[in-house]
Amino acid sequence: MSSETAEILSAMPAGQRGRIAGFDLPPEQRQRLLEMGLTLGAEFEVIRFAPLGDPIEIKVRGYNLSLRKREAAGIRIIRL
Amino acid sequence: MSSVATSGSTTDQAVRRVAIAGNPNCGKSTIFNALTGLRQKVGNYPGVTVERKEGSFFGSHGEPMNLLDLPGSYSLQTRSPDEAVARDVLLGRLPGIARPDVIIAVVDASNLERNLYLVAQLLELELPVIVVLNMVDMAEKAGVLIDLPALREKLGIPVIPMVATKGVGMIELKQALSQTPLQKPKHRAPFEPLVEEEAQQLANSLPVPLELAFPEALLLLTLHDQALDELASHDGAVIDAARQAQHRIREAGLDPISVLVDARYAWIHSVCHASVSRPGTDDLLSVSDRIDMVFTHRIWGWIVFLAAMGLMFFCIFTVAQYPMDWIKAVINAFAGWVDKQMPESDLQSLLTGGIIGGVGAVVVFLPQILILYFFLGILEDTGYMARAAFIMDRLMSRVGLHGKSFIPLLGSFACAIPGIMATRTIENRKDRLVTILVAPLMSCSARLPVYAIMIAVLIPVASVFAKAGVMLCMYMLGIVAAFLMAWFLKTRIFKGETPMLLLEMPPYRMPSFTSIALRMWERAGLFLRRAGTVILALSILLWALVTYPKPADPQTSKADALAQSFAGRMGHAIEPLIAPLGFDWKIGIGLVGSFAARETFVSTMSIVYNVEEDEDNRTPLRDTMRDEKHADGTPVYTPLVCIGLMVFYVLAMQCISTVAVVRRETNSWRWPLFQLAYMTTLAYVASLIVYQGGHLLGFQ
Repeated sequence: MSSETAEILSAMPAGQRGRIAGFDLPPEQRQRLLEMGLTLGAEFEVIRFAPLGDPIEIKVRGYNLSLRKREAAGIRIIRL
Repeated sequence: MSSVATSGSTTDQAVRRVAIAGNPNCGKSTIFNALTGLRQKVGNYPGVTVERKEGSFFGSHGEPMNLLDLPGSYSLQTRSPDEAVARDVLLGRLPGIARPDVIIAVVDASNLERNLYLVAQLLELELPVIVVLNMVDMAEKAGVLIDLPALREKLGIPVIPMVATKGVGMIELKQALSQTPLQKPKHRAPFEPLVEEEAQQLANSLPVPLELAFPEALLLLTLHDQALDELASHDGAVIDAARQAQHRIREAGLDPISVLVDARYAWIHSVCHASVSRPGTDDLLSVSDRIDMVFTHRIWGWIVFLAAMGLMFFCIFTVAQYPMDWIKAVINAFAGWVDKQMPESDLQSLLTGGIIGGVGAVVVFLPQILILYFFLGILEDTGYMARAAFIMDRLMSRVGLHGKSFIPLLGSFACAIPGIMATRTIENRKDRLVTILVAPLMSCSARLPVYAIMIAVLIPVASVFAKAGVMLCMYMLGIVAAFLMAWFLKTRIFKGETPMLLLEMPPYRMPSFTSIALRMWERAGLFLRRAGTVILALSILLWALVTYPKPADPQTSKADALAQSFAGRMGHAIEPLIAPLGFDWKIGIGLVGSFAARETFVSTMSIVYNVEEDEDNRTPLRDTMRDEKHADGTPVYTPLVCIGLMVFYVLAMQCISTVAVVRRETNSWRWPLFQLAYMTTLAYVASLIVYQGGHLLGFQ
């Protein structure tokens, strides 16, 4: 689990599991994501992409959440 | 309704004030409805457009209690006006609204971790909290086993399992609420020693009552720089203290933004670890996941989506027609009856033409509004609304809108009023405002009579397909205008960071029809009160404009009397302005007369041309309009004028009820007036382009 393997959430295929590794987002958005349960180390699974390719739906802490690729590109993850 | 106690007293003799808080989609409103039934009222919080739902119920000893339904929120660290209200009520910050005595925290049993985040924050408020574990049946079906004694022990507060839609757990909840005295929470999430220390120190310096100081301090500690800047106007010394505290936390290698969130989630994890188990469900697909494999599928998703929207539209336009006809018949019969009871007089004309006619014009839309709300209720309660937003977000974000803007805009095809009222589901203020501002560009059903008569004048003998084609073009024009306008507003006027989309996809659920029926009832009341009062005043004003001054000779024909009235004079007065559009002063009267409600254009034109009005047969009016000539003998209603007039009605506001509702929803006159101005300008310029441009191209 070194930082070299960190990738971004928006580039993950459906079905991929991973762990939140960090954020490149403004503080307000970062705080919001943290509060929605995307804390560092939280496990998630990419469920699907919307029919037009955006937004992306993930499962985290037992519930489903969608967010746009724009923000997902600012979430660093580690594949599991 | 029993009186609502808002005094500051906290003695147990006073009516106990209960606040109900929870995440969106946790079934909070079902519990609110089950407790209060029809003993509820809806209003706004002072100064903001957030809905305030209050009601009363009786505790287990028959003692009256007051219940406040707080807006659904994920956190007390707020992002939307709705969440801000929930926080401010709980911290007793709102003037005139006393701090509650006890909080019911509703959590979705099958989504415990995320739901407990808000509970963790509520436990920091030093108020008694009762957790309602809602939808335990769903959780059980999903294989989530919850050890209640362990959960109670870990949280240190009462936990009541509930199935709100079936009334299970209500008695236990009332018993818990009737406890005297109510117990304050025993535990809360522990923070890093340094953070605890800084929070305590900051709390000591705050000029607020002791029990509020610590939670206020925690909020200040986690506010990021920009939010602190925005607060700076309030209390400089406090802000400085908060900044310094944050600085010291950062010095110690901690991040003030995540340190509290992480601590709360870590605590929640330990709570859940001790009380929740999911034997053998890890790799099982839930029912919702399986439904979504179809409903959000690349191809099937669109088919389901179009079918759902199509069904909704069909009901709004065809099924609603029957009750609308009945209402029209009742109103006409009533007006006729009043007519007969009174001698011919100004009062009689005011009652039948002004008041009954004007109010009737609003009431007639009630069936469409109710059906729209019925569908909105089903979409929301089943969870499909989030899927519709998920599917549409890409398209809507192209013009800077939000997936959730789609349903309000769609609803505006029936009537902009429920559409605008439905924008309350959009959290971001800018997104919501832009949606409100462009919603009336969608061709509502009140435009249909105008399109119908103008198409009949334009192409009297054409096939149904040609007529439908023209109609479709008008609808498309409205849609294109709305999207262009949204794009313009988002890029030019509401500049700045595009807000992020965070859309929870709740599991599919069976809707509760009592809940939906209650909401329809509540919305219908709101609509009638909001639109009704303004429409009544304007109907009287417009009646006066078309009635006065009265001609000296009582034998004067209706048409001549109208020409001499204030409205007629206004028609003449604006003629130079509308002449470039090819409109004469008689059309001017129609525009003035339908300023408050566009559908009255047809009845006004019937009076202008002295045609006996007949709901079912427009042929006389059509033929008169086709034969209408200018003084020089050329026809008034050339194809370009007909098209220009329709285009004008596609784009112009011409609806006072909408203005009134926008005023209510935005809490200022600024936005409705801006909207009225831009839409009228847009309508004028577009008609001008049609008429003048058409002429240049050699059309008539």
